[in-house]
Amino acid sequence: MSTLTGAVPTDRDRGGPGQPLLTVEGLVKHFPVKKGLGGKKAVVRAVDGVDFGILKGETLGIVGESGCGKSTTARLIMGLIAHDKGDLLFDGERIGSRALPLREFRAQTQMVFQDSYSSLNPRMTIEGSIAFGPQVHGVPKRQAIERARSLLARVGLEPARFAARYPHELSGGQRQRVNIARALALEPRLVVLDEAVSALDKSVEAQVLNLLMDLKQEFNLTYLFISHDLNVVRFICDRVAVMYLGQVVEIGPADTVLANPAHPYTAALLSSMPSMDPDARTQVAPLAGDPPNPIDPPPGCRFHPRCTLVEEVCRSVVPPLDPVDPLHRVACLARQPGSGHSLAPMMTVAA
Amino acid sequence: MSLASPTAPPVLDIAGGATPALATPDAFVPSRGFWGQVGSKLLRDPVAMIAACVILTIVLVAVFSPWITPMDPYRGSMLRRLRPIGDSTYLLGSDELGRDMLSRLMLGGRLSLFIGVTPVILAFVIGSGIGILAGYVGGWLNTVLMRTVDVFFAFPSVLLAIALSGALGAGIFNSIVSLTCVFVPQIARVAESVTTQIRSRDYVDAARLSGASTFTILRVQVLGNVLGPIFVYATSLISVSMILASGLSFLGLGVKPPEPEWGLMLNTLRTAIYVNPLVAALPGLAIFIVSISFNLFSDGLRSAMEVKA
Repeated sequence: MSTLTGAVPTDRDRGGPGQPLLTVEGLVKHFPVKKGLGGKKAVVRAVDGVDFGILKGETLGIVGESGCGKSTTARLIMGLIAHDKGDLLFDGERIGSRALPLREFRAQTQMVFQDSYSSLNPRMTIEGSIAFGPQVHGVPKRQAIERARSLLARVGLEPARFAARYPHELSGGQRQRVNIARALALEPRLVVLDEAVSALDKSVEAQVLNLLMDLKQEFNLTYLFISHDLNVVRFICDRVAVMYLGQVVEIGPADTVLANPAHPYTAALLSSMPSMDPDARTQVAPLAGDPPNPIDPPPGCRFHPRCTLVEEVCRSVVPPLDPVDPLHRVACLARQPGSGHSLAPMMTVAA
Repeated sequence: MSLASPTAPPVLDIAGGATPALATPDAFVPSRGFWGQVGSKLLRDPVAMIAACVILTIVLVAVFSPWITPMDPYRGSMLRRLRPIGDSTYLLGSDELGRDMLSRLMLGGRLSLFIGVTPVILAFVIGSGIGILAGYVGGWLNTVLMRTVDVFFAFPSVLLAIALSGALGAGIFNSIVSLTCVFVPQIARVAESVTTQIRSRDYVDAARLSGASTFTILRVQVLGNVLGPIFVYATSLISVSMILASGLSFLGLGVKPPEPEWGLMLNTLRTAIYVNPLVAALPGLAIFIVSISFNLFSDGLRSAMEVKA
C-alpha cells in the first residue's frame, strides 16, 4: 500500500526538479500514402517538427483541430508508432537508449485513451485489466489483484461491487475511471491523457477532471493533456501548446495563451467558443474552411490561407517559434520583430 | 438558492473519491463472463437447441453404432435386395446387396462425421495460427502469408479437394489431408481479418504500453477475442466439409467399399434410383440433416456471440 499512496521514489528522479520530465525536439512523422500505380510517393505530414518540454509536476495541454497531429504526437511519445526524426528525452535520457530502454520508459509513462470501451479488453474483468500491467512486470497475481482493488477504490469504484465486472457492465465514466486506474497501476511519473474526458457527459467529465487533479497531487504525476475542449484545458492545464497542421504554433502559460492569444489561429479557436454571456460575444469571424491537406501543406506560414492578418510575406517565409515574452512563444510573423509584416513590433536594438 | 432552504440536499462532492451517484444500493449480481452469457443465450434459442440435439443424437448413435445396430451392416442377402422402407425385417429397407440400410446408415455416420469434422478441426488449428500471426505481425509477413493463401483461393474448393485427393490417392487419411488443405486458407483469411481488427483496439496498445511481450499480448489480450468468431466460422464449414467428404467418397477417392459411408452409399445405390428411389435417397437425407443442423447451430452460435463484445 505504501508504494501506492506514497510519493514517487526519489531515486527515479534523475535530473532534479529543474530538468524537464519530457523534452520533445524536432519530432517528425510522415505517413506514406500510395498515389496510384507508379505514381509519385506522397506523404501525410502528420507531425512535422514539433518541439516542447513538459516540466515536472505540471500539466501541459495540447489543443488543436481534428487532424492537427495531437494524437499522433501522443502515440509517438509513447513509442506506439516510430518517429521518423527528432529526439525524445525523458528526464534527460534519450528514450530507447541504453540508459533508458523503451520498456523502462514505459513503466514510467502511461496513457489513457479517448474511447473508454475500446481501451478495455471485453473478455477481461476490470480488476484483471488493471492487474495485467503489474503482472507483466513480475508482481505475483494475488498482489497485483490486491493493488488493482485498492486503485479501484481510489478512483471511486467500490471494489466489492465493481472488481469482477466486465467493461460492458459499466458506464462510460466508470470505464474511464478504470482506465485511469490501469494507467496508475504501474506507478508512472508521466500520464498522457489523449482526449481522456472528451467522450464523457459534462457532469461526469467534471467528476473525472477533479479525480485527475486529486490523483496528480497524490501520486506526484505530470500530465500531458490532449484535448480539443478549450474550457477543459483552461481548467486543468498549467501551460498549453496550440497545434496546427502538425506544428506547434503557440505555447505558453494557459492563462496567458487563452486570455491574450498571440497567434491568430489561437484567437480564432477562442472566438469559436460560444460564450455564456450574450453581451460578451466576439465579433471576430470564426475560422472559415477546413485545414489544408497535410499531404501538401501551403508554403510559408501554414495558416496563411485562413488567416485574417495574412500579408504577402506570410506566403513565403516560415515563421519560427519565437518568444514574445520569456514563457510565451509564438510562430507568427505579425508578432516577430523585423519580419517584414506590417503589424510586426519594432525591432528592439540590442544594447 | 440552496442556502435559503434548510432541507437542501447536500451538494454533490465531485472532488471526493467515492461518488454518491455510484453508491446506489442495488443488488450486485456476479457476472457470468462472456461464455456464460453466450451459453444462456444459446439455451434460449429453440432452433439452435434442436439442431444441437439432432447433432448430439447422431453423434451418439454413430459412436455406439457397433453395439446398437439392429442387424449386421455387412451381411447381405441376394434374395432380399432393395426392400422398401417399412419392410417387416428392414425398417429402412435394404440396399442393392440386401444389407440393412438402418444399420449401415448408423455405422456410416461414424466415418462420415469423422472425415467431415476432422479436417475442419485441423484447419481451425492451422488456419487460426497462420491468420492470427499474419494479422498481428502485419507488414511483409502478412503479405507473404496472405498472398500464399490467395493462391489457394483461386481454385474452387470442390476442384481443389478432388485434385489433391486424386494426386494423393484414395483413402481416408488422404481425403482428410486434402480437405484440410481446402479449409486452411478460408479459416486463415477470416482469422487474419478478425485479428487485424482486434489489433487496432486501444486495449492492445495499452497492453503494449505496459511492456508486455508480443507473445503475452497475443495469449492474454488477443486470443480470447479472435477465437470466438473464427470458431463460429469453422462450425459453418463442417457442413461443407461433410458434403465434400461424401463427394470424394462418391467419386471413389475417399472411403473404399464395403465400408459404409454416406457418400459411398449414395454412389453404390445410384443404380437403384429407378427401382427404389426412396431408399437410394436415404444417405443423402442423412448428409442433409447433419449439415443443416451444423449450419443452424452455427447461426445460433453467431447470434448468441453478438452479446456486447
